[in-house]
Amino acid sequence: MSTHEHTHEHGGSGVYVKTLLALLILTILTVAASYIDFGSGNVVIALLIASIKASLVALFFMHLRYEKAVNAVIACSGFLFLGIFLMFCFIDFDTRDDAKALDPQPVMYGPAKPAGAAAASAPAAEAK
Amino acid sequence: MSTSTVDFHDQHGHGGDSHHQHHFATMEQQFDTSKIGMWLFLVTEVLLFGGLFVGFGMMQARYPQEFLEAHEHLQRPLGALNTVVLLISSFTMVMGVLSAQRNDKKKLVMYLILTIICACIFLCVKYFEYSHKFEEHLLPPRWYQAQPGDTVRDAAGNVSHGYGTFFAFYFMMTGLHGFHILVGIFLLAWIAIRAHRGEFSSKYYTPVDLVGLYWHLVDLIWIYLFPLFYLIK
Repeated sequence: MSTHEHTHEHGGSGVYVKTLLALLILTILTVAASYIDFGSGNVVIALLIASIKASLVALFFMHLRYEKAVNAVIACSGFLFLGIFLMFCFIDFDTRDDAKALDPQPVMYGPAKPAGAAAASAPAAEAK
Repeated sequence: MSTSTVDFHDQHGHGGDSHHQHHFATMEQQFDTSKIGMWLFLVTEVLLFGGLFVGFGMMQARYPQEFLEAHEHLQRPLGALNTVVLLISSFTMVMGVLSAQRNDKKKLVMYLILTIICACIFLCVKYFEYSHKFEEHLLPPRWYQAQPGDTVRDAAGNVSHGYGTFFAFYFMMTGLHGFHILVGIFLLAWIAIRAHRGEFSSKYYTPVDLVGLYWHLVDLIWIYLFPLFYLIK
């Protein structure tokens, strides 16, 4: 933000270095957090940190912070429609009691690696 | 990139106006138009990967135990290393754009080459990860071979479809992403050659900027791929 003399120049190397450092620190954080068990919180933390990182990349590396607003609107609309897509798919999935019942016995593949007794009995089990 | 196809005849390099196409009122308008076009393309890319992300999420909800066990087979340090490599490459890319804005041809070429090197490191690491998975038969369902640690089995000891499904998504999504990296390497090389010839200046650097946007999007997608495949419990 220090150099604004030039018409097209945004940010400047200082901002980019800080952005990179923030991204690297967030990467260390997300890897560290993955080794700790927060239950279902792990997913939330991982996706939250990923979203912060993605925003940093979009705002500073992709210059969205300094661009004409129309580009930001286009970018946001993309994520908005992705959000709608995700939301309705999961509403559908979560409100079906029979999601698993569609396929009560999931297809099973291949013998266990230490093949032997288990593998040999597989055809017999299917024959029943 | 569509606006830059007719400018290779430009010999002197710094006459920004020779890039000006007659159907645009000003260079400024031409630049902004290219940018809008690039952002629209990036949105289609987000939606392309978005479909795969939704599919991955559905299958994870369907086979939670299988996905949890399958993801333990991924090498987390290699995934983290690749994340760092891509973030650094994004930084070198944006420094390249800055150098173009500052008319610094030498630095522009240097930063583009650094970005290409990072991209190659990324693909090398990916190669080692893939070959490890091929050796262990951690593959899509049709070719998946049960691992000793797999717990979701039927009475006969055959393992669930879910394990292979995880690797089907893994190969599809990281493969598509890797393909984007490969395309990026060619685009960066093309830009680096043109930069070396002195075709860009602070007045005209649209291709550098647009390839930069593409490169950051590839980085942005990996930012989501990495925690989803390697870290989620």
